[in-house]
Amino acid sequence: MEGLATVFPCKQFVFLVVALCLVLPTGQASAEERGNWWQFWSAEDERSQRVKILEPFLEIHTGPGRGFPVFYVAEQDEWITLEKRRTDWFKVTLENGESGWAKRNAMEKTMDAVGEIVRFTDPRVDDFTSRRWEAGVLTGDFDGASVNSLYMGYLMTANLSTELGVSQVLGDFSQNVLANINLVHQPFPHWTLSPFFTLGTGMVWIKPKSTLVREESRQEQSAHVGLGLRYYLADRYFLRVEYKDYVVFTDRDNNEEAKEWKLGLSVFF
Amino acid sequence: METWSQRIFLALIACCLIPMAHAQESAVQEDTEQPRAIIPPDVEPRKVDEALIDTEDFELGLYTGIMSVEDFGSNLVVGGMLNYHLSEDLFVRLGVGYTETQETSFEKLGGDVSLLEDDDRNLLYYNLSLGYKFLPGEAFFGDDLAFNTNFYVLAGLGSTEFAGDSRLTANFGWGYQILFTDWVSMHLMMQDYIFDSDILGEDKTTQNLEFTLGLSLFF
Repeated sequence: MEGLATVFPCKQFVFLVVALCLVLPTGQASAEERGNWWQFWSAEDERSQRVKILEPFLEIHTGPGRGFPVFYVAEQDEWITLEKRRTDWFKVTLENGESGWAKRNAMEKTMDAVGEIVRFTDPRVDDFTSRRWEAGVLTGDFDGASVNSLYMGYLMTANLSTELGVSQVLGDFSQNVLANINLVHQPFPHWTLSPFFTLGTGMVWIKPKSTLVREESRQEQSAHVGLGLRYYLADRYFLRVEYKDYVVFTDRDNNEEAKEWKLGLSVFF
Repeated sequence: METWSQRIFLALIACCLIPMAHAQESAVQEDTEQPRAIIPPDVEPRKVDEALIDTEDFELGLYTGIMSVEDFGSNLVVGGMLNYHLSEDLFVRLGVGYTETQETSFEKLGGDVSLLEDDDRNLLYYNLSLGYKFLPGEAFFGDDLAFNTNFYVLAGLGSTEFAGDSRLTANFGWGYQILFTDWVSMHLMMQDYIFDSDILGEDKTTQNLEFTLGLSLFF
């Protein structure tokens, strides 16, 4: 029995030493460098964006819109945390736990922890000329039939971009799907109303209407040239109008030609 | 025996602690070289970084309800929608829906007549619409519960694939949105899809009404 009694205090020592060895280094590390693995869990804290109200008050709405009622008014010098953004509204949390939405121009009358007035950037004409990606939807007329298109473009240089597009032509006698790849040249990309020229090739899948005479579906290659205009609207949006002349290479005697007019809305990223 | 083992462990502890004491000493030396604030601030002052603010302008939803396809009965419709909120008032919606239609009265009464093949009875539509939220407000459920709501109208263009044919389709309608939280909402929607059809002989414009209930998430 005596042996056991002597062993137990030893065990306590062992635990003590092991515990010390484990605790001390981590204690040192945490004191020296914050931002270790454990801070991963408090990432929210790390990313929290806090600002101080400079105006006499800040109205807090229940929702992200001017029609939602103001349910709380935060005071000058109060610190608020920015949670998220929806269009031009910011969800904020106050120090007393109240949470609601504040409009962007109210947020721009606040100061951050560094002492700078908070500013949010807008996509502007400058971005319109320096953007890299764009995408849009267009609708119009393809040789008498309606056409809906979707495209995505990548700007390689200031003047030259490449585009991939898919169109669905809803005709009276057939329905066609076109897939195109274009090269687009803009001679004056910095103009708000900027003309462009396009040259491309693609495939056409022609499916005659099943309510009409049974005709085989076919697949043809096509080429097109076109020109158009893009007009910068606001924010990241621009209008696009284009005309294209298509040649569909058939294995019949004559190639088919088609004219296409389209108008649409595009966004740039 | 006891003293022996204690001595061993004491020696061990000493071995462990001496390097630490050294480390602390050097830390103290560094301290004296570079004076620091007595209480270092808990949070370093940070500039507001716009890129770190989570933007929730997209809304993805699923809906189901009843769609009445002219001459082909009223049927269950399922669909999906992706909304992009351009501003607090305007949004763009990409909608896709699918329904399986019934036989027309003519087919039912006519005995062995069949207008369409089975595959052609399925109706699939897609559209891109512009929506305008013009009656935002709050709805009250009892004394303590209030939800934000929006009433919106929308109109757009798209295509409908039905009866072996794709047709340009105009759509318009309205919806009532109830936001349970900032990012979960319910939509009650009514839409009309207008397209031409020549299934029963001559071309005619059909009105196809759809009444649906949807659930959406903002992200």
